[in-house]
Amino acid sequence: MARHTLSILVQDQPGVLARISALFSRRGYNIESLAVGTTETEGVSRMTVVVNVDLHALEQVTKQLNKLINVLKIVELDDNTAIARELMLIKVKADDQSRSKVLELVELFRAKVVDVSGDAVTIEATGSRDKLEAFLNVLAPHGIKEIVQSGVVALARGGRSIADRSSKNSDRTI
Amino acid sequence: MSQQVTGAESLVKSLEHADVEVVFGIPGGAILPVYDPLMDSPSVRHILVRHEQGAGHAAEGYASASNRVGVCMATSGPGATNLVTPIADAHMDSVPMVAITGQVPSAFIGSDAFQEADIRGITMPITKHNYLVTRAEDIPRAIKEAFHLASTGRPGPVLVDITKDALQATTEFVWPSHIDLPGYKPTTKPHGRQIKEAARMIVDAHRPVFYVGGGVIRSQAHRELRQLAELTGIPVVTTLMARGAFPDSHKQHMGMPGMHGTVGAVGALQKADLLIVLGARFDDRVTGKLESFSPKSKVIHIDIDPAEIGKNRFADIPVVSDVREAISQLIPAVTAEFDAGNRADLTAWWITLNHWRETYPLGYDQPQDGTLSPQFVIERLGKIAGPEAIYAAGVGQHQMWAAQFIGYENPNTWLNSGGLGTMGYSIPAAMGAKVGAPDKTVWAIDGDGCFQMTNQELATCTINDIPIKVALINNASLGMVRQWQNLFYNERYSNTDLHSHSVPDFVKLADAYGCHGLRVTRAEDVDKAIEKSMEINDAPVLIDFQVHRDAMVWPMVAAGTGNDEIQFARDLAPQWERGDD
Repeated sequence: MARHTLSILVQDQPGVLARISALFSRRGYNIESLAVGTTETEGVSRMTVVVNVDLHALEQVTKQLNKLINVLKIVELDDNTAIARELMLIKVKADDQSRSKVLELVELFRAKVVDVSGDAVTIEATGSRDKLEAFLNVLAPHGIKEIVQSGVVALARGGRSIADRSSKNSDRTI
Repeated sequence: MSQQVTGAESLVKSLEHADVEVVFGIPGGAILPVYDPLMDSPSVRHILVRHEQGAGHAAEGYASASNRVGVCMATSGPGATNLVTPIADAHMDSVPMVAITGQVPSAFIGSDAFQEADIRGITMPITKHNYLVTRAEDIPRAIKEAFHLASTGRPGPVLVDITKDALQATTEFVWPSHIDLPGYKPTTKPHGRQIKEAARMIVDAHRPVFYVGGGVIRSQAHRELRQLAELTGIPVVTTLMARGAFPDSHKQHMGMPGMHGTVGAVGALQKADLLIVLGARFDDRVTGKLESFSPKSKVIHIDIDPAEIGKNRFADIPVVSDVREAISQLIPAVTAEFDAGNRADLTAWWITLNHWRETYPLGYDQPQDGTLSPQFVIERLGKIAGPEAIYAAGVGQHQMWAAQFIGYENPNTWLNSGGLGTMGYSIPAAMGAKVGAPDKTVWAIDGDGCFQMTNQELATCTINDIPIKVALINNASLGMVRQWQNLFYNERYSNTDLHSHSVPDFVKLADAYGCHGLRVTRAEDVDKAIEKSMEINDAPVLIDFQVHRDAMVWPMVAAGTGNDEIQFARDLAPQWERGDD
């Protein structure tokens, strides 16, 4: 089992998110993270899905996704050749004594304070999953009150766009 | 060219443009606007069924017998949910079908309105694609796309759910000139290089087998298959879904593989060094325990659905293609190899295969108590009705016996619910088949359990002059379940006794439906009853064959075991030693 990031271009039609998420669950695969948004092309949305599966299951889920009529293209984004980011908002306990230490950590991780109150600060952080995990670890001793995070979004490095990459319905294994 | 019409009229016009000749359905509130213009359609015949499940299976039977798209129609809510079983059935067996359902007005969607069910959501996992149409102007495009999707690539069911306000609104009817589905481009032609490699592997193999699945029937590749088989001299096995794809009488045919397959067919797959898989999907009923399935073989897997390739078994040579196209290209490629002098000797393989075939033929014991053998009934039916008839089975023991003891010579003559295993398939499917192939004799081979799930469609048959024939294999039990209780549950027959030798009286029931009803309880009356039924064409006929209930389906690979552990009769396993394992 390993973590894989799939970038999926879909026709932006009602029900398409349900079609994709339901496919994962009925084939027995858990989605670790999912993010959806519009793209540079009108009528086309892009989903970034992170799954934790072995290679055989990855091939199968990709082929099954390709069978969905509204799916236009699927590309697996490799950690080494893609940029993956997620966004996290973290509410951390911070009183007059601890606030400066928390702010120091915020500085170190190049995060941002977006709200301050008497007993807490809310931090906005973006980065890779590893970086955000490390950030949470150092914040933990101060007392994390609440977290919310987005799904991973990812883009291949270099000049080529997803439209230039190998298309669907290839019978070769990915 | 356009004209002002209602959405409902637009739908009927769309069906006419899609060359629909028959729709099986039942009206109701939300679909009601369609039924008014449908009455005036010059080309679309509507057959009013008695239950929506019957409409769905009838559409399947029609499609499976005629290779056309079957169409069924129902109203919203319960009408639509009653279609769920046949839609799932069509999905599993790749049957081209379009299901049209009415939906509550768009303003009511999501409000738990009367007869509201989210049928698009419900059928997402069991359709090839589905639509919820809320605007009248979108109807023709949805219908055109639905027929295209249902009938091309790997065929399957497509559902079009249309809201009542869309059906009532005024629109212009424009039949789209083209289809724009950028996410749907099935690969229908094989890679030349893979065909070449496949040909090389085929001519080099010493123990090759053609493992033929239902895809060969759906793509109408039976002629090409026969040509390739005869060219190579390689043995053929046909799965439950492929019975009729290759003539049973052909000397290269080893029979049906799988849980109730012949020893010869199962052995051929197990001991093969090469499987040439044509439109089949390594279903668990064929492979048994996957880890011990055909352990020494390489695999050439040809299928139009890339997701089937490598799903259950690794393919050494994957070929995504329409199977007819692929076979057509394999024929010259193999011929070229032969011409170059490359051809492995299959003599030893055939000695082994023939030994299995002669030592372990299909057979059955006559009951000792003078009661009727179900296998005998089915065997005689096959002999008398012959290979030109169409046979539609239900699910269970009678289905397996019908697959085993009838000789199929032609495609589209054996209809059954293979993947989903839907009891109740037979009667409505036979009805649909008779509509799709009116000149053929159509026999429903049904069990007493299955029959009682959908027999109401006999009324539809009688009233609409659809004279199907029903061979009811009545063992007064849920026979296959009883067989498992006998074998695996210490003969504790929990809830499998249906008492149907007394209740209901099937002959009276047939009579009540306006059908001819006959009863047979003795072997010597079997032929006479079948022959008499063959002469009746003014109404459906039902023969209540009251048969022995302890007959079992053999051979059998018990669920969860490997194919090597096949038994051809209780506690009797074949000797494989003539092979080289």
